[in-house]
Formats: sequence, C-alpha cells, structure tokens
Amino acid sequence: MLRFIAGRLATMLLTALCLTLVVFFLTNLAPSLERVAKTQIGARVSDAEVESWLNRNGYGGPMLARYGEWLGVMPGWTSAAEDGGLAAGRCLGDTAAEAGAPRYCGVLQGDWGTSTVFRDEVATIIARSLALTGKLMLWVLVVMVPGALVIGVLSGMREGSRTDRGLSTLSILSTATPEYVSGVVFIAVFASSAVGLRWFNGSATSAMEQATFTNFTLPVMTIALYGMGYIARMTRASMAEVMTSQYIRTARLKGVSFRALVLRHALRNALIAPFTVIMLQIPWILNGVVIVETLFNYKGFGWTLVQAASNNDIELLLGVSVVSVIVVLLTQLISDLGYVYLNPRIRIS
Amino acid sequence: MTATDQPILEIDDLSISFFTRDGEIPAVMNFSARVMPGQALGLVGESGCGKSTVALGVMQDLGTNGRVTGGAIRFRGRDLTQMTPKELRAIRGSEIAMIYQEPMASLNPAMRIEQQLIEVPMIHEGLGRAEARARALELVGDVRLPDPERILRAYPHQLSGGQQQRIVIAMALMSKPALLILDEPTTALDVTVEAAVIDLLRELGTKYGTSMLFISHNLGLVLETCDQICVMYSGEAVERGQIADVFDKMRHPYTQALFRSIPLPGANKESRPLVPIPGNFPLPHERPPGCNFGPRCDYFAEGRCDASKIAMDRVPDEALHESRCLRWDEIDWDAPPQTAVHKPKTEIGEVVLEVRDLQKYYEVSSGALGGGAARVVKANESLSFVAHESETLAIVGESGCGKSTLAKVLMGLEVATRGGVAMAGQEIADTPIQSRGTKTIADLQMIFQNPFDTLNPSMTIGRQIIRALEIFGVGRTGAERRERMLELLDLVKLPRAFAARKPRQLSGGQKQRVGIARAFAGDARIVIADEPVSALDVSVQAAVSDLLMDIQREKKTTLLFISHDLSIVRYLADRVLVMYLGHVVEIGTTEQIFAPPYHPYTEALLSAVPIADTSIKKKHIVLEGEVPSAMDPPPGCPFQTRCRWKSKVPGNRCETELPPLRTLATGHQSLCWLDEAERAVMEPVIQTAAP
Repeated sequence: MLRFIAGRLATMLLTALCLTLVVFFLTNLAPSLERVAKTQIGARVSDAEVESWLNRNGYGGPMLARYGEWLGVMPGWTSAAEDGGLAAGRCLGDTAAEAGAPRYCGVLQGDWGTSTVFRDEVATIIARSLALTGKLMLWVLVVMVPGALVIGVLSGMREGSRTDRGLSTLSILSTATPEYVSGVVFIAVFASSAVGLRWFNGSATSAMEQATFTNFTLPVMTIALYGMGYIARMTRASMAEVMTSQYIRTARLKGVSFRALVLRHALRNALIAPFTVIMLQIPWILNGVVIVETLFNYKGFGWTLVQAASNNDIELLLGVSVVSVIVVLLTQLISDLGYVYLNPRIRIS
Repeated sequence: MTATDQPILEIDDLSISFFTRDGEIPAVMNFSARVMPGQALGLVGESGCGKSTVALGVMQDLGTNGRVTGGAIRFRGRDLTQMTPKELRAIRGSEIAMIYQEPMASLNPAMRIEQQLIEVPMIHEGLGRAEARARALELVGDVRLPDPERILRAYPHQLSGGQQQRIVIAMALMSKPALLILDEPTTALDVTVEAAVIDLLRELGTKYGTSMLFISHNLGLVLETCDQICVMYSGEAVERGQIADVFDKMRHPYTQALFRSIPLPGANKESRPLVPIPGNFPLPHERPPGCNFGPRCDYFAEGRCDASKIAMDRVPDEALHESRCLRWDEIDWDAPPQTAVHKPKTEIGEVVLEVRDLQKYYEVSSGALGGGAARVVKANESLSFVAHESETLAIVGESGCGKSTLAKVLMGLEVATRGGVAMAGQEIADTPIQSRGTKTIADLQMIFQNPFDTLNPSMTIGRQIIRALEIFGVGRTGAERRERMLELLDLVKLPRAFAARKPRQLSGGQKQRVGIARAFAGDARIVIADEPVSALDVSVQAAVSDLLMDIQREKKTTLLFISHDLSIVRYLADRVLVMYLGHVVEIGTTEQIFAPPYHPYTEALLSAVPIADTSIKKKHIVLEGEVPSAMDPPPGCPFQTRCRWKSKVPGNRCETELPPLRTLATGHQSLCWLDEAERAVMEPVIQTAAP
C-alpha cells in the first residue's frame, strides 16, 4: 500500500519535472524573452538594450542552467553593478545587495520566484487564486456529482423507459454544449436585459469576497452542466449493465423490493465505473475553469493562468504547471484508492 | 399445511413466448408438470429446449420480452401468472427459492456474504438483524462450510466455486421455502465438488422437506437426485414419468436417442459405439410440422408423424408415465441400435511423445496492485509419461491440477522450468512456439474447449482453414490449398458448401469440427484435445468424439485427450493419466484405472461421476475440504489432506514423504504409500447389479 502511494508520488514528481522543462523551454525561446523585456522596459527599445536588460536580469545564461536555478540545484544568478558590487540577483530580493543571501533559491528551497505581471511572489499569487478556484470547484462538484449520479441511476435502473429516454436526451444535450457556449447563453438568458430574466449576476467578481446565490450560480452551473451529462451517461451505462446482471436477478428472486434492489444491491456496483470517470473529470473541470473564470471575471487559478500565458510570465507559468500536475495526479491517486474501496475484489491486502 | 396429495407446484398447459423485433418466438409450448410435496422433479433436455424458461416462468421473471401466452402455473393452488408484483415478491425467496448455474455471477460481488444471507428472513419474516444472523450462522454450518463466522464476513470472491454454491444454497434455504428451483446447479463445478453439493442438497431436501424442480442436462445427476423426470425437446415435454420407468422403459424415441448418445459404462468405442442423434436441433422458427423430433427420428412415419400436432399420451400400467409419440406402442423398445458397427481396434505404434520429469513453476506477485513478495505456483511437478502412435491418452483431473499447464508446455506456449519433452526424438521442452519449426508446429496441434471463441468471427470457414494450410506450408498454389481445404471438410464430415460460411452460421458441434479440421490441416501427429466436447450438448458430444476416433484410425494420430469427464474417458481412451495438484497420481490402461486397486484420488473421482443407469451401484465417497493451493502444497503426498486411506499407512509417512510412483502391474503406476495387502481389499466403485 505504502509502496503503491510512494510509486504514485514518484510519478507525480517526474511528470512535474518533464512538464516544467517543456514550459521553461517554450517560455524562454528568444522571441518570448524579447516580449518580456519589452513589457518591462517599453516597446520602443533597440535590440541592444533588450539584450543588456536580459543579461542584467538573469535571462542571459544557457537555458538548462537557468532551469537549474529555478529548480534550486544551480546557484542563483547575480549581475554586477557599475561599482563592482552586486546590483541584483535571483536570491537577493528587490532592494540592494544583502550580505548573507543564500546561494541557491529555487523551488527546492521553497522559493517559487516572482511574477513579472503582478509584481508579487508567485507562491502568494498561486495560493490566493487556488483558494478561489477551490471554492468554485467545490461548488461545482457539489452540484455536478450528486446530480449526475441521480440522473444516471434513474435512467439506468429502467433501461428504455420514458424517464430514461428523457434524461438521456438532457444528458447528451448538456455534454454537447461546451462551456463557452453555455456560459454565453446563460448570461444572455439569466443576466442580461435581452430576455429580461435578471435573476443572476453576469460577473462573479463579487463572489471572490462573498459568494451568494446570485453571483455564483451561473459560473458553477456552466461548468457543472458540461461534466454532469458526461458522468450521467457513464452512470447510466454502468447501472443498466448491473441491472441485467445475474446477482440482481438473484436479489429480485429473493423478494427484494425494487427500491432496495437499486439502493442496496445495484448502486455500489454501478458506481465503480463512474467513480473513475468522476475523478478523471476533475482535470477537465480545471480546463473549464480557465474559460469560465475569464468569462465571469473571477480571478482564480484559470484566470491567473490566462494572464500569465498572455504576458509570458515565466515563473508564474511554471508554478501554475507544477500545481496543475499535482492536482491532476493527486485526484488520480484518490480515484485509485477509492476504486479499491468500492470494489472489494481488488482490495489491497 | 397442505394435504400431501395436493401438488406444491402444478404447471398446466403452459406456453411462454418471447416477443422480439422479428415477431413472436414460442419458447415453451403446452408444458405440464407437477411437483408433489417433498419430491423432486427433474427437467432434462439439451440447451435451447426451454427448460430454463420454464424455471423463470415459475418465478415470473421472464424479462421485458417474455410473456406467458397460455396456461397456468399454480403454486399451492394459487395461479402465479395472475399475481400482482407485490404478491410475487412475498413468495419469491420465502416460498419459492432458486439456485443458479454460475455461483460467482449470482452473488453480489460488493456485498459481504452475511448481508446477502440475512436479508432474506429480514424481508420476509421481519426478523431482526441479530436473529437473522443467528439463522445465517446455522445454515452456513448446515451447508457444511468450515468456520461460519469467517465465511459470513467474507466477500464472494474470497470463496472457491464450491463454497460459493453452498452459500447460494444456504441463501435459498434461509426462509425455509416449500419449493426449490435448481437451474443446472453444479454444471460450473468440478466432479468431486459436484458430488458433495448433490449429496448436501439431498440431505437438506430431506431435512427441510423441500420440494425441488431440478433442471439439468445431465441424466446421471437427475437419476441421483429426483423422483420424477420430464424430458424436454424443442419447447415441449416429450416424456414424463417416474425415474425408474423413464430410465428403464423409455417410451419416446428422443429419450432413447439421448441415452444411446451418452457414454455409459458398457459402451465401448470398438464394439458398442455411441449413437449420435442425426441432424440438428431445430430453431424455434424452423420447427417442423407435427412431431418436433420427427426429422431426426429413426421411427419417423411420413404422413403420420408430420400430419398434425401430437398430444401427450398416457402409457398404461405405469403411474404418471406419458409420452408425446404417436407410435410409442408400435416400437420395439428393446431392439439394439441399428447403426452399431464394429470398428477395428487400432494398432498402438511406436513412442512418439516422451515427457521426462517435466516441471513448470510460475512466479506471481501477491499484491493486488503490484508489489508484495513473489510467490511460486507449482503447476507441474516432475511429470513423466510416454504416448504412442495412434493411441488415445486421457489426462484426467479437476481444475487446478495442472493439466492445462501441461498442454501449454507441450504446445510451447510456456517453457518448462525443468525436465524434457521429446517428440519423435526431437527435444522441444525448451523451445517456445515462436522458435519452433513449421514442421514441429504442424505436427503438434491443439483442439480447444470452447469452439465459440476460437474461430475468427469475421473470416469464412474456408479462409480460416486455408490460413492454417499457409502457415503449415501445405500446398504450393492457392488452388492446391483450396483443394486440400475441401478434403479437410470432407474429413470432418462437413458439407463442402460450408467453406463459404461464417462461424456464426454454424452450430456448436459444427464449429468444433472446423476446429478439428484446422488442427489436422498439417497432418498433425500429436493432437492435444483440451476438453473438446465439454462445451457441447450430449447428443453432439457423441458425434464429435466419434469423429475424432475415426480420424485417429485413419491418420494414426496420437491423441492427448484432456478431460474431467470420466465417462467419456472410459469410452474412448486407451490409457489414462490421473493428475492431482501437479503430480501424476496414477497412470495405466483404461481397464487398470477403472478397476481396483485404485489410487485413492481416482477412487473418489470415479465415485463422483454420476451415471445415468439404474442398474449401476456406486460406492459413495465424498471428498471433504478443498484442493490445496498450488502455491502452498501440503508436505508429503499431495492428496494426504483429503485421503480416506491415510490411516491405513503406518506412521505419518503420507504427511512427510512424497510417495514413489510404484509400478503395480505392467504399465500401471500409482503414487501412493498403500502396500499390496491394503490395495488388495479395495472394492470396485462401480458395480453392475445383477439383472
């Protein structure tokens, strides 16, 4: 068991390492760096000025060495001031040179670097935005999972019935509508004067401070509906299969009522397959978060990612990638452990 | 309580149809039967004859497509077909309970045994959890499972197949039902396990006074368990009566044909061969006019048998005996089968296969998600035997005895851990199939158990055989191979037109013939037949095994016939090798194996096989316990944990020392410590009672 978890954690580290290397490579291509320099010192500068700015700010060395600096396995860069002393360095902070500053200051030392867009510590930005997105995802899951399971079970327990066909149609419709369509439609219908139903807010900015039914419903529903149809379809298929299995017949011929049959005998077996799907949906929710947060102007993780990417904010992007890898693989680990719990046949002993 | 003369279950003129897109498919027609209190009715027939549909009809669980289209099913006088779902629910599980074919599939994998058992009295009798648990504990003890407390806490997958079936039986008896429906309850189990389960069912039936409706394709089992029998064919009951009447004085040609096609102890492949039933089972939409069995019947009279529907007719002088045959009183029922022809005995030739000290160990990891210490499965331990040209060597044993591993090593699908295999002097034990030459592969072929899965569904039959010919390098041109393919179809007695058909257009027996044709495509010298007929219906089994014998006679093939069915082994094998837990426990000619002195395991196996002959008296030996795990075999003799002769061996030799494979007579060896004096007192297991 411990070995299994240790193996998973090792995979997680390796994936994070590979992904950040790719991100680092892409964000450190010459044109990307030029863009960074120009956003910092102005668009109308000569190539020589850009070159010297990059050198002074630690973008000069070979790419792998700088990746090592970010990781914390290479000493941080420094650049000499005109008087010969240290003017700036990765580990020195904003102000003047300080004596006794550490030589290494990368991720391994707990230093995630500084965002060039927000002019703040990457760690602080990520913590803040992750908390906001966490709130959003929590409500999405609270709405989506029970909703999807109920729809799936209701339609799967009597395959081919009118309830089944009705609910299946709804599920397919909701899965077939991507967030950027449903989000816009929701805003138009429920939040604008176009239809006149001004039930909810079209912006979720105020929900960052205090989420209410009015300002949070639309972003939550936009993400939840998309995943809901998908999970409901999976649950339905799984439930329908379980309902035709022999042990359900055994239970039925034991005299078990239909209600108990569904709840006690079928449900747990029917949840094994959708459970994996639900866990696989979490990375997809992250994906939806990028669109929905931008659409509803909710400054969470997805919004931060969009900002970082459009401004080539190298260290923020790297931080965001690492956190995404951890979130995705952690949910997969939870999914495997939960799977073992649901299905006694593969219990770890 | 009901009076004893009133039947528990009375099925009256029942018809059941399934309604599909293609219209109505009648599955059961005008079926009548009755089960008296405390009695057991056997329902026999081949697959597709409608016997399971009758069972589900009694349970009123025919699915969305099935419907009762006529007649009544009266349980204690109340018509089940007229009941509301609520009334039915009250009866299911409490008054009528059912036991199913696949114990693993019929237990809920995600619920503990305890929950599944206690539910029954909690629903029907309103018992509390504690009381219900006490009853469950008692019943788990009743079905003779060791350590009931542990069993109750277990999940189904933690039990063996035999234990699971005992749990299903306990579950059925939880509310002391008046009627038990058993749908092929032992088909998925090994013979010795089957014998123990049947023994248990009989005992519990007496103890609780339960009536039984016993559905089986195995006539021997029905003889052992039932009072009355009803033979079904193509949706109809064709003969019905007391067990003894139907077995000894059958009055329907189908019943007779069925008995002639199963290998009874008197049958012999040279002098008294089995008589297969000609033709195929009619599909529901192609049933002939008049008698359904007409086209396959030896006594068919044109203009009479196919004129109109035939009703059940009473056979006078015998209680309850009825037959659905117009000519039952014209037929001479004692006449010997007409088709019996004497076939010459084959000459056994040179040694073609020699296996020396063959050993195969597997390493498996014990952790569910990888990890855990690697453990060793000892599948084969030092096997030695030889097989001769045109000889049938049967390899007999129950699941887990290592017979399939042996086949895999011989085929080259696995490489032996130790020891050697020589085919015609050439060493092949260490050569996996990829590095074997074309000739070696063509010489050593296999026929598989399940003909349904071993043919490619999207290729025509002809193409599949030609493919085998290409691989074996037979023929130079396409035309030559095509010619050879047609000859092979002739060899397995399939019409040449079948070359253009797809596997799904063939019946099970026909598919197995294609499998045989493919195995013989490269003129195989040795053919390993892994349970080649066990997936087929009895009437087809006879035809396929006769075909194998005919080909063997013609081609002088060595046949390694792997089987768990001792009846068919006795019928067609020249020599028999009995395996238990990776060891050869006994080897000898068929006569030597089937007569004392036995190895104690062979004795138990023989006693376990049900025989459909009322004149046979069998010694009753029930093996206790389970087959030990091949990962952790017992010390000393592999069979010592279950052996009833162990006390006859002085000291604790059986538990400490592996016995030698001692030669008892020429060609007869046994892995046992019993000395000659003890062996001499062994009695035959199967005896034919004096007529």
